[in-house]
Amino acid sequence: MEEFDKPSPPSRVNYLNAEYGVKSWLLTKDHKRIALLYLGAISFFFFIGSLYAMAIRLELLTPQGDLVQSSTYNKMFTQHGIIMVFFFLIPSIPATLGNFLIPMMIGAKDLAFPRINLLSWYIYILGGIVTIYALLAGGVDTGWTFYTPYSTTFSNTYVIATGLGIFINGFSSILTGLNFIVTIHTMRAPGMTWYRLPLFVWAHYATSLILILGTPVLAITMVLVALERLAHIGIFDPAAGGDPVLFQHLFWFYSHPAVYIMVLPGMGVISELIANFSRKNIFGYKFVAFSSLAIAVFGFLVWGHHLFVSSQSVYAGMIFSLLSFAVAIPSAIKVFNWTATLYKASISYDTPMLYALGFIGLFTIGGMTGLFLAALAVDVHLSDTYFVVAHFHYIMVGGTLLAYLGGLHYWWPKISGRMYPEGWGRFSALVVFVGFNLTFSPQFVLGYMGMPRRYHTYPADLVSWQVLHVLSTAGASILGVGLLIPLFYLVWSMRYGRIAEANPWHLPGLEWQTASPPPTENFLTTPIVTTEAYEFAPPEHKEVVGRFERQRPAEV
Amino acid sequence: MQSWFPFIPESASTISGDVDAVYFYISGVTVFFTTLISLVTIFFVIRYRRRNPFEIPRPIEGSTKLETLWSVIPLVIALSMFAWGAKVYFAQYRPPKNAMEVYVVGKQWMWKFQHSTGQREINELHVPVGRKIKLIMTTEDVIHDVFVPAFRIKADVVPGRYTTEWFEATKPGRYHLFCAEYCGMNHSGMGGWVVVMEPTEFDNWLSGNANQASPATAGQQMFESLGCVSCHGANGEGGRGPALLGVFGSQVVLNNGQTVRADEAYVRESILNPQAKIVTGFGPIMPSFQGQVTEEQLLQLVAYVKSLSTPKPETPTTKPPVATKPSGAVARP
Repeated sequence: MEEFDKPSPPSRVNYLNAEYGVKSWLLTKDHKRIALLYLGAISFFFFIGSLYAMAIRLELLTPQGDLVQSSTYNKMFTQHGIIMVFFFLIPSIPATLGNFLIPMMIGAKDLAFPRINLLSWYIYILGGIVTIYALLAGGVDTGWTFYTPYSTTFSNTYVIATGLGIFINGFSSILTGLNFIVTIHTMRAPGMTWYRLPLFVWAHYATSLILILGTPVLAITMVLVALERLAHIGIFDPAAGGDPVLFQHLFWFYSHPAVYIMVLPGMGVISELIANFSRKNIFGYKFVAFSSLAIAVFGFLVWGHHLFVSSQSVYAGMIFSLLSFAVAIPSAIKVFNWTATLYKASISYDTPMLYALGFIGLFTIGGMTGLFLAALAVDVHLSDTYFVVAHFHYIMVGGTLLAYLGGLHYWWPKISGRMYPEGWGRFSALVVFVGFNLTFSPQFVLGYMGMPRRYHTYPADLVSWQVLHVLSTAGASILGVGLLIPLFYLVWSMRYGRIAEANPWHLPGLEWQTASPPPTENFLTTPIVTTEAYEFAPPEHKEVVGRFERQRPAEV
Repeated sequence: MQSWFPFIPESASTISGDVDAVYFYISGVTVFFTTLISLVTIFFVIRYRRRNPFEIPRPIEGSTKLETLWSVIPLVIALSMFAWGAKVYFAQYRPPKNAMEVYVVGKQWMWKFQHSTGQREINELHVPVGRKIKLIMTTEDVIHDVFVPAFRIKADVVPGRYTTEWFEATKPGRYHLFCAEYCGMNHSGMGGWVVVMEPTEFDNWLSGNANQASPATAGQQMFESLGCVSCHGANGEGGRGPALLGVFGSQVVLNNGQTVRADEAYVRESILNPQAKIVTGFGPIMPSFQGQVTEEQLLQLVAYVKSLSTPKPETPTTKPPVATKPSGAVARP
């Protein structure tokens, strides 16, 4: 903190000051600059999505629809979902932190296909522009799930334009996934064996598999919706021999795995944070690594649990219920291993660790409440209620968003070359945690009480419903403040933050063994890896961690 | 309304207690484990906080024994949740015999109910307490969903299909009914009430609204006015088309050798798409009635075909006399 009043830009050449000008950014092939392009774009979309969320919460303060009309409300929740899922959550961690860190963690100079990496950003932007056009032209009101036949026959909104935006955006996901897989297979530094990979890389490998295998199904589904609207081909229209429920199968075949696209990278971040901020290798490394792959594989087999009340066969329902319980186990394994890692550790209370601890709590609640929804009889009562809304926000916001924020703080010195203000960081982590719980925990109760989701108004005779909604809206305001604080101080720190050392946290990871910010080629000489991940006091790294006392007793 | 702050909705059906029991079981287990994980985490975080900036803890590799333990125990617990949830669900979805049937048609943004005795209702459904009620549901437009929180029942209403759900109310009262599948602009307004009455009260209500033709009677009138009689016979005895007497609920042999059960969906399909499943021994001569009959009229035709197989339709009131000369006005839209 003593260096606060004397900010001086780093004199060394790094990826940020190697070139100047708009062109040097828009035509860059550097994965780190592309990560920053993504960071800017997804922050923009997150902001738009949050505005919709605030408007929704304000409307629900009262049972009557007194802020906006029903048609507007329906567009608000639809667009909140579309923006947040497709343009924030799915690209969030992979496209920013993953893009920036995967090459650095495996000791590579860049991703395998730098031009394709840039292309994927442009595709994402194009998809975003088409979607924003659809919103400005009049919006879309189908729900982010586009259920037929409402989306194909009855909605008079911009379904095709929005679908086109999502369709285009999907190719960005596919290319990013492809790039990661090829990079992880072919560009690991000498000595970087698979079992020495940081768990962040394992998680992104699993995520990339889903991106490549799942996203094409979404693309096909969007094309079918557009064809049905334009040409009435009859695939979803029962009057023409089609089946509206077929759409739900196709949609969830992608969109349930998409949940794991959103949360697996978050789990990868948390593994890094837990290990590094407790200065200890992850307990059960291989179990954590393979649980990511197990989640990716099982994730493709559980889509039918979204259809327990959709006239799906009772027996299909039972199989999907069983598989949904099974997919909970690898997630549980991760939580237990993270907790066990803390045993006899050296735990710091820095901001990233606070986010990681918050993640463990919220993700546990999110996962546990998934058990209610996997249990058939209970899901019948809960499906399409606020319980579901609360459950997936605990996973998406309590999980992914907290991991994203934790990761952003953790790697901020590497990304920007500056430290964020630690006090503000801890404070805002606390505000986010409190605000989040106040927003979404009342919604579990609301859901069991029977409040359906996507409701603009609710019965005024149910006083408890309004009480719960008021609590939730109050929480959302706190959460909003908690999210604005980091926005301000992170931007502030880019210019005024304390200059970061190469390895401010004193960690063994490869990304910390190069300058902050790194040079364009990441490493001046290709690193040679001789140790496991998270090995804190190996003799080979003595020069890095030499200041630590070595207390490692003679034990395996 | 309960005086204390409620955490669960009113429980007013025979299955709502079972659903709550599974809910409380899962709640108990998950609250216990969430608390346990949180307490252990908090304990570790305090106990093993960094006391010295230079300390390096001793690495611990992991333990296959522990991994097995914390995979198998949650798996066993999860399987118990699965089994209990599936058991209650199975009972929920197997419609009971001898239930009182009510036809439900959803449309943006209202619910139309018709009792087998003819009474029609909009956005309100009157039923007697202590009697099994089976809803046979379809929709004229998009997917809707009949959700009654107090009964813990929910089922989508899908265009082009008949879906069913059933309940038996256990105490009289007025219970909220919601559409739980997003269906467009006025989705949140597409609700209503289920009014559960004492049986005698319900009989009074029925007789007070008795001047409407039962679905089966209306269906019979449709059957005549649409010209079905010329092939299927004036009383469903058959002719150029297959006989309909006693067909509903039986196994029908098709001309490709397969058999199907003649249920609501089969009758509906045979009216809208007659070439799909032709009864053995008959030719593909029946025209489609797609677009000529509304969902409600289809349900009435189905009810008529069904009545040809049930010698004594269960009606508390006297059966309305079969109109031999119907006014043609009922038929076409």
